[in-house]
Amino acid sequence: MDFDLSKPQKLLQESAKTFFSRECSPERVRELMATETAHDEALWRAMADQGWTGLIVPEAYGGLGLGLVELAVVVEEMGRANLPGAFISTLWAAALMERAGSEAQKAEYLDAISAGELKATVALLEASADWHPAAVQLRAEVEGQGYRLNGRKEFVTDAAIADVILVAARTSGGLIILVVKKDSAGVTITETPAMDATRKLYTVEFQEAHIEAALTNKVKDALEYSMGVAAIALSAEMLGGMQWTLDTTVEYAKTRLQFGRPIGTYQAVQHHCADMLLMTESSRSAVYYAAYALSEKDSMARHAVSIAKAYCSDAAREVGNLGIQCHGGIGFTWEHNLHLYYKRAKSSEIMLGDATYHREELARLVIDRAAD
Amino acid sequence: MDLNLSPEEEKFRDECRAWLAANVPEPFAGKGLNEEENAEVVDYLKAWQKKVFDGGWAGISWPKAYGGRGAKLIEQAIFQEEWAKADAPMLINVLGLSLIGPTIIAVGTEAQKQRFLPKILSGEEIWCQGFSEPNAGSDVAGLGTKAIRDGDDFIINGQKIWTSLAHVSDWCLLLVRTDFEAPKHKGITALLVDMHSAGVAVRPLRQMTGDSGFNEVFFSNVRVPVANVLGEINKGWHTAIATLMNERANLGAGVYVGIKRALDALIERSHHINRGGRPSAQDPVIRQKIAQAYLELEIFKLNSNRALSKMSKSAVPGPEGSILKIFWSELNQRVQQTAMEALGTYGQLQDFDEGKWVYGYLRSRGNTIEAGTSEIQRNIVAERVLGLPKSYQS
Repeated sequence: MDFDLSKPQKLLQESAKTFFSRECSPERVRELMATETAHDEALWRAMADQGWTGLIVPEAYGGLGLGLVELAVVVEEMGRANLPGAFISTLWAAALMERAGSEAQKAEYLDAISAGELKATVALLEASADWHPAAVQLRAEVEGQGYRLNGRKEFVTDAAIADVILVAARTSGGLIILVVKKDSAGVTITETPAMDATRKLYTVEFQEAHIEAALTNKVKDALEYSMGVAAIALSAEMLGGMQWTLDTTVEYAKTRLQFGRPIGTYQAVQHHCADMLLMTESSRSAVYYAAYALSEKDSMARHAVSIAKAYCSDAAREVGNLGIQCHGGIGFTWEHNLHLYYKRAKSSEIMLGDATYHREELARLVIDRAAD
Repeated sequence: MDLNLSPEEEKFRDECRAWLAANVPEPFAGKGLNEEENAEVVDYLKAWQKKVFDGGWAGISWPKAYGGRGAKLIEQAIFQEEWAKADAPMLINVLGLSLIGPTIIAVGTEAQKQRFLPKILSGEEIWCQGFSEPNAGSDVAGLGTKAIRDGDDFIINGQKIWTSLAHVSDWCLLLVRTDFEAPKHKGITALLVDMHSAGVAVRPLRQMTGDSGFNEVFFSNVRVPVANVLGEINKGWHTAIATLMNERANLGAGVYVGIKRALDALIERSHHINRGGRPSAQDPVIRQKIAQAYLELEIFKLNSNRALSKMSKSAVPGPEGSILKIFWSELNQRVQQTAMEALGTYGQLQDFDEGKWVYGYLRSRGNTIEAGTSEIQRNIVAERVLGLPKSYQS
């Protein structure tokens, strides 16, 4: 047993850190936030050159075929740089495609994702805003070789930049995933401006839309697995954001003078920083364990994913709260970068279920099971 | 990163499991397992520790030459996990095993190691830790217990307080002042003191739980041979830091077991205690709180395992141990608080579940004070891990 990153994992961490600090500066993040989609095509291609858009895609489909621990290593660095855009959306879609797609579909889409030629997202939520796939109500009516779709999906991340939207829908035979290509007839995509401008949210509306293709292989399991992968990635991203906030706050506490001394001399500030470290390091334990457990198909993988997502969701917000508090007035300004991380943390907290959601998942696993 | 057990580790785990299954004794029959002044409890726990030692399971990561098993820290952790699963009783010589033994291993002389370590493991000699004084709590280095050199002996006068297990201890790791002119950290010496020496008086202190786990200890012209200095004369602060780091790093390992048991018992209970006309286990707020306790406890274990991975490479515990200490002490308070809420009106009863909830709830208040308060731990994290400037002159 060894909880440390291996040597190759540490090298990957180092190269990701260097890459994102060079390619994704806070100034660039601010520029992208102000664009319609927060997407940077050149940066995306550069990430693809590193192999990261296909990091966990099997080598047979042009990916690196790495595990979820390696994924967490890279996404943590994305979080530290507050990388805008469709990485996690595309990751979720790729994981879903890998499990639920046919060989032909995988060859078509996963290769393109790995090459950086295709961005994707998943449309799961509806007006009920319930993350359980069982809550999906959108009906897909069989029409010729494909399906006819009428209705709406809500809170779809990065829909406007996605080349493919994987839409969860219900047929008389159960859940399926429709493959909706960009600019399909009868599909309207409307932005719903939200707190975090680095990962945009959209309503996707279908009016007599005819969709040709669907993923039908073990859809329920594929959704659960892909949501686990995406939840781990979100947690890793929050971890990176926490680390940035902690480092920035400690640095500020060492240099900002009040009453003639650095504010980091005062225990009120010191203890906030200590708590930020405790939450950041605890998040790290939870993220890497979850990544490991899901990669290894551990029997505790479901527990581990919910532990990570629940803990990081609360911790990222709280670390942000304390970071802003320790900075005082400057921490509350638009000018300081803290709020960019703070808003991203909120978006990541909510996406794929917040702490309350995942605690209830855990309650089902550890309380209800005890009664069986 | 590889969290799977290696084949050797798996084999070791199976051996632990088999031994525990065959040897864990029946639970203590009488009341008052928490009452360490109860002689029957002490005998029961000492007999158990002897059995563990004879089986070769005490001091798993300690050198073989001193009665240990010579295995790795990871194996120590595996054993502790099996221990929890087997619901085995605690080891009474917890201070000797977790803090004092490792300090003797780190800075003791060969003669001291030979003399003391095997009997720590067997439980034949119970140890206590004489650090705190009435006027030296968080500021331990401000201690005033005096040691005056007299030939080959020191003569000790002074008082210690909050000394856990002193009433049943045979030996004490005692911090004394040996240089009265030097700055306070530079005039301290660590001594290994026979608690049966003439002039040692122990007076139990009653805790808010009603039992007496800790004591005042008075030293009146107590003679201690100079050969019993642990480390160097006037460099006892160095020894003390080694002990405190071990305390923070190691005490938590047994803590997971204790909290896990409480939580499992609480989950079981929550199905049979009603709250607002339905079982507590179905109350959405209680479910949230139990789930939070569960996830934090698992994260505590992960944090401990990470620290262990690090320690097995660096060999010495560092100031990060303070994070573990803050985590488990505050977690246990939240768990006990959650238990009280989930049990509702029954939680307060002394006779309900043998009073374990009342005891656990009250006892947990001590967790954020003993072994360094949460405030001191946060100071340590801020200054020694994060590198913030010191907040006070020490």
